[in-house]
Amino acid sequence: MTRQYPAELPNKGPRPEEELEELKRIWATPKGFKLLTVVNNTVVGTIYIGAAFLFFVLAGILALLMRTQLAVADNNFLSQDLYNQIFTVHGTTMMFLFAVPIVEALGVMLLPQMLAARDLPFPRLSAFAMWAYIIGGLVFFSTIFYDMAPKGGWFMYPPLTLTEYSPGNNADFWLLGIGFIEISAIAGAIEIIVGVLRTRPPGMTLAKMPIFAWAMLIFAAMIVFAFPAVILATMLLELERSFGWPFFTAALGGDALLWQHLFWFFGHPEVYIIFLPAAGLVSMMIPTMAQTPLIGYRLIVVALIATGFFSFGLWVHHMFTTGIPGLSLAFFSAASMAVAIPSGIQVFSWIATIAAGKRPFRINVPSLFILGFLFIFVLGGLTGVMVAVVPFDFQAHDTYFIVAHLHYVLVGGMVFPLFATFYYWAPMVSRKMLSERLGRWAFWLMFIGFNTAFFPMHITGLAGMPRRVWTYSGYLGWDLLNSISTAGAFIMATGVLIFIIDLIRNFRLGGGGPENPWNAGTLEFLPTDVYSTRSVPHVTSREPLWDQPDLAQQVREGLHYLPNAPTGRRETIITSVIEAKPQYLMQMAGSSWTHVAAAVFTAGCFLLLTIKAVAIALISGVLAIVSFIVWAWQLDRPDQGEVDIGGGIRLPTYMTGPSSHSWWAMVIVMLVAASLFISYIFSYLYLWIVSPEVWAPAGSPALPPLTYPVNSAILLVFGSVLVYWAGKRLPPAGRLDLHLPLLTPALLMLAAAFLAGSVGVEVLGHLRMGLDPSANSYSAMVYMGSFLTGQAAFATIILCAFACGRLVSKRLDQKRSVTFDNAALLYWYTAGQGMCGLVLIHGFPRVIG
Amino acid sequence: MSKGRIRTTAGAGILVLLAGCNPEQSAFAPAGVEAERINVLFWVMTIAGGFILVGVLVLSAVAIYGGETLRSQLSNERFITGAGIVFPAVVLSMLLVYGFVVLGAGAGTPPSPDGIRIAIKGEQWWWRLTYVDADGNSFESANELHVPVGQPIYLELTTADVLHSFWAPRLAGKLDMIPGRTNILTLTATEEGVSRGQCAEYCGGAHALMSFHVVAQTQEDFQAWVAKESGPAVKNENGRAARGRQLFLNAGCGGCHTIRGTRAAGAIGPDLTHVGGRHSLAAATLSNNAQAFAAWISNNQHIKPENKMPPYNIFTRPELEDLALYLESLK
Repeated sequence: MTRQYPAELPNKGPRPEEELEELKRIWATPKGFKLLTVVNNTVVGTIYIGAAFLFFVLAGILALLMRTQLAVADNNFLSQDLYNQIFTVHGTTMMFLFAVPIVEALGVMLLPQMLAARDLPFPRLSAFAMWAYIIGGLVFFSTIFYDMAPKGGWFMYPPLTLTEYSPGNNADFWLLGIGFIEISAIAGAIEIIVGVLRTRPPGMTLAKMPIFAWAMLIFAAMIVFAFPAVILATMLLELERSFGWPFFTAALGGDALLWQHLFWFFGHPEVYIIFLPAAGLVSMMIPTMAQTPLIGYRLIVVALIATGFFSFGLWVHHMFTTGIPGLSLAFFSAASMAVAIPSGIQVFSWIATIAAGKRPFRINVPSLFILGFLFIFVLGGLTGVMVAVVPFDFQAHDTYFIVAHLHYVLVGGMVFPLFATFYYWAPMVSRKMLSERLGRWAFWLMFIGFNTAFFPMHITGLAGMPRRVWTYSGYLGWDLLNSISTAGAFIMATGVLIFIIDLIRNFRLGGGGPENPWNAGTLEFLPTDVYSTRSVPHVTSREPLWDQPDLAQQVREGLHYLPNAPTGRRETIITSVIEAKPQYLMQMAGSSWTHVAAAVFTAGCFLLLTIKAVAIALISGVLAIVSFIVWAWQLDRPDQGEVDIGGGIRLPTYMTGPSSHSWWAMVIVMLVAASLFISYIFSYLYLWIVSPEVWAPAGSPALPPLTYPVNSAILLVFGSVLVYWAGKRLPPAGRLDLHLPLLTPALLMLAAAFLAGSVGVEVLGHLRMGLDPSANSYSAMVYMGSFLTGQAAFATIILCAFACGRLVSKRLDQKRSVTFDNAALLYWYTAGQGMCGLVLIHGFPRVIG
Repeated sequence: MSKGRIRTTAGAGILVLLAGCNPEQSAFAPAGVEAERINVLFWVMTIAGGFILVGVLVLSAVAIYGGETLRSQLSNERFITGAGIVFPAVVLSMLLVYGFVVLGAGAGTPPSPDGIRIAIKGEQWWWRLTYVDADGNSFESANELHVPVGQPIYLELTTADVLHSFWAPRLAGKLDMIPGRTNILTLTATEEGVSRGQCAEYCGGAHALMSFHVVAQTQEDFQAWVAKESGPAVKNENGRAARGRQLFLNAGCGGCHTIRGTRAAGAIGPDLTHVGGRHSLAAATLSNNAQAFAAWISNNQHIKPENKMPPYNIFTRPELEDLALYLESLK
C-alpha cells in the first residue's frame, strides 16, 4: 500500500513565481463573449451539467402536466394529441437529453480532477459535443410549443412511426434529437476512454483507479458497442420515411420487430449506461462519508464489468409479449435475473463500507440522497426481477407497473445519486457550499414525493391501467390511485424547486471555496485553479489524500510532476494504460471558435434536413466540414523535443503509433464503425430469416455477375496497398529544404479515388440488374451495405485529402505522421468493411440460392 | 423508523387503494386459469421481495446505527459474497424454475378440432373479431369477445395497421399484434361474467380509447349466442326504426359498415349486424343506448379524437334519433 515514492519526489522547492503566472495565462478561461470558445473542462462541465439539468426540469414540467391530466378520470386538461406529444417528449428528453448527457458532463467535469490531469485529452471534442447537444436539444424540445413534436413514444416503434401513420415532420424531429445524442455520446465515449486509460497520474495503476473512473470506462465502452445499433436503426427508419426503403414494412419483406431488436439492443444497455456511472459516484461518496476505504473494491469492479457484459444479453426482455418462442424467452429471462447479482454485490459493498466506517456515519445531504437511492433502487431492482419472470411480464408489460418500475430504477438509480453528487462535488467548482438546511428539505420532499407518486403506480398498473393513455374512464375507479400519484409528483417537484433555490442562493462558480470539506481521499479534492492542480502528484494508493497527508501542500507548491508548462502551451502527461508510467507530454488544443462553428453548422445541417430545406442544409453541412478541417489543421503540433517534468523524468512531446492518444481515439472510432456494420449484418440476416421469399435469386433480380464484386474488391486491395506505399514514401523529418513531395499525395489521392470507385462499382452492378431499393427489404438491405461503406469512404477520403494538404504544406513527415496514420488506419478499416460487405451481399444469396 | 410498521402499512395500503377500483379490468381479480397462475406468482414474488427489501433496510440500519460486534459481521468481503452473490443466486434460480413452470403450464394442449376459432385483428382504434366454426362458417363481430367457460380458447391475433396488444387482464397476460405475424394467445375463463380489456401497446391517436369487453358464458349460452350472432340482423318493421334503417342505407353508412340482411356490406368499419346487443360502443368508450349512438354519429371526433369515422351532421334531430333507435334495436 505504501509503496515508496520515486526518490526524486517531492522536488526541491520553492518553484519560481513566474511558473504560476504562466500556467494561469496559458489555461485562462476566455472572458465575455469569448466564453463560448472555452474548452477548460470545469467550465465546459458546468455548462454541460447546467444544460442537462435544464432539460431535466423541462421534461419534469411535462411530467407535471401529464400528472395533472391524469389526476382525475375523463379529464380534458390536455388534448389527446398534445398528451401523446408530451409523453413522447418527456421520455425522449429524460433519456436522451438529460440522463446520458449529464453523465457525460459529469465525466468531463470530474474525471480530469480525479485523475489530476490538466484536462481531458480532446478538450475541443467535449466542447463540440456539448454545443451540438445544446443546440439540437433545444430545437428538439421546442417542437412541443408549436405542435410539431413527435408522438410515437420514446421508443418510436414502427409501423406507427412510418410516414403512412405519422405524416409530417414530427417523427423526423425525434430522429434529429437522437442524431445529436448519438454524436455527442460517441464523442464523449472516445474522450472518456482515452482520458481514463491514458491521462491518469503517474503511479495510478488500474487497480488504484477511483471507482468512478472504472464506471466511466465501462460506460464509454458500452456506448461504443450499444449506440451503433440505435444509430443504424435511426438511419433505417429515416431512409424508409424519406425514400421508402422498406426495412420495417411487413408487406414488402420488412419487419417491425427489427426496429425493436435494434432499439433494445441499444436501449437496455442504455439503462446501465445511465446507472453504472451513478453507482460509481455512490462508490466514491460512501467511503468519504464513512471515512474508510471502500470494502470490496475488486468485487465492485468485477460487478461493473459483469453488468456491462450482461446488459447486452437482456434486450429481449422488452419484447416478451411479442410472441417470440419459449426457448428465447427462457434464455433472456435467466439473463435478466442474472444481472441482479452484480447490483447486489454493489449494494452490499456499500452497506459493508458503511458498517466498517468511523462512527458516527455522517448523515448529511449527500448521504441522505444516497440512502434514499439505496431504498428506491433496491425496490426498483426487486420489481425488475419480477418483470424478468416471463409470465408475470405478460401482465405487467406496458402498464403502469412498468412505469413505476422504470422510474424506480432510473430516478432511484440515477437521479438521487445525481443530487448527492451536486451537493458533494459542488465545492469543487463553487466558492460556496450548497446549503445543508435547504438540501435536507429538498431531499425529504423529493423522497416522499417520489414514493407517493410512483409506488401506487405498481397497483394502478395491475388494476388494469396501460401506460401511455391520455385519459381513463371514471367507471374503472382508478381515480384515487392516480390522484395520489399526482400529489406525489408535485411534492417531488417542490423538492427540486428548493434545490434550484439553493443553487441560486449559494452556487457561485470559481475557486477559493472550502478545501476538501468532506475530508475525501481522492485527487479531485486537491487544491486547483484553471490549470487544474499546480503539479501532478505521484499516486501510490487508492486514497492518496488520506495516505499522504502533506500531498495537498506539496502539489500546491508545485513539488510534483509538471509544475509548469515546459512547451509554453497547454499540455498534459500521457501515461501507460495499465501501470500509468509516464510516456510523453501531450500538447493540447486551447480555446477556439472552430469547434463551436462545427457544432452550429452540424446542428444547422440536421435541422434544415428535418424541415426538408435540402439546399441550405447541404451548405450548412459543407461549412461544418470546413470547420472540422480548420479545427483539425490547428492540431498535431510539431515535436518540441524532450522536456523535464520533474521527479527526474524527461518526456518526449510527440508520439505516434499505438502509444499515442490519437491512435487510441482512431481505434475507438473504428470499433464504433465496426459495431455499426455488425448491426447491419445482423439486420440483413434477420430480415432474411423473416422474409426469405424476397431474397435473390428467387424473389429479386439476380445478383450482378461476379466481375462487379471482384473489381470492387480489387480496387479496395490496390487502394490499401497504395496507402501502405504512401506511408513508406513520407518525407524525412526536418528536411524542410526538400522540394514539394508530390508522389505521396498522388498515391493518397489515387487510393481515395479507388475507394470511391469501389463503392461506385458495387452500386452500379445492382442498378444494372434493375434492383430497386424501394422494391423490398432485400433490395433495401443491399443498397444499405453500400450506403454504410460509402459513409465510411466519405470520411476516409476527407482524411486522405487532409493528409495531402498537410504533406504539401510540409506539416507531415516521417516523424510528425499522426495525420497520415489516422487516414491510413481509417482507410484500411473501410477497405476491410467493404470486403465484408461484398462477401455478404454477393456471397450469401449464392450460398443459400 | 419501524420497518415492520412500514410493511404492514404497505400491505394494508394496497388493499385500501384497490378497494376504490372496479375489478372489471384488474389482474388482481383473475377469472381465468392463466391470470390466476400469474396472480399467485405475483403475490409469491411480492411477499418474498418485501422480505428482501426489509432485510436490506435492516442491514443498512445496522451498518449505520448498530453496535461494534454486529457491524464487524457486515464489514468484510465474506458478507458481500454471501449477501450479494450466493443469496441472490439461490433465490433467483428458484424463481427462474418457478417462472418456467408457470410459463410451460400456459402452453397447454392443442385446440380441439371441433372447437371454434377466434381471430382478432387490431385496427386503429378498435377490434375486429372473426369467429370460424369447425365447418368453416365464419361471422364477424367487433369489440366484444365471447368465450365459453372452462374451455381453452386460442385467439389468433393480427393487426391491420400498427402494433397493438391484446390484453384482458382478468383472463390472461397480453400478447402483441404485429404486422405480418399471427400470434396465438391461450386463455381459459373459469367463471361466468363480463370483464374488460384494453389495448396495451401504444398505437397512436386514440390508443387510450381502444378497449373491449369479454363475456364469459356457459357452453350452452355461448352456443346460443353464436347461433344468434352468426345470423342476419333482426328485421325491425317498427316505424321509427324502419325509418332509421332507410337513413342508414341512404346516407351511405353501408360504405364502411356491414349489417347482414341489408345491402350494407362495407368492410372498413366494425360490423354492426348485432351492435345493439353489445356492452358498449366505440371500443368500450360509450355505453350502449340510443343517446350514445346519436352522440357518436354527430360528435364522434370529440368523443374519440382522430378515430377514422367522420362526424355526420347531415341529419336533423328527429332523423338522428330514428337512426340511433334503429342501431340500438340491432340486438
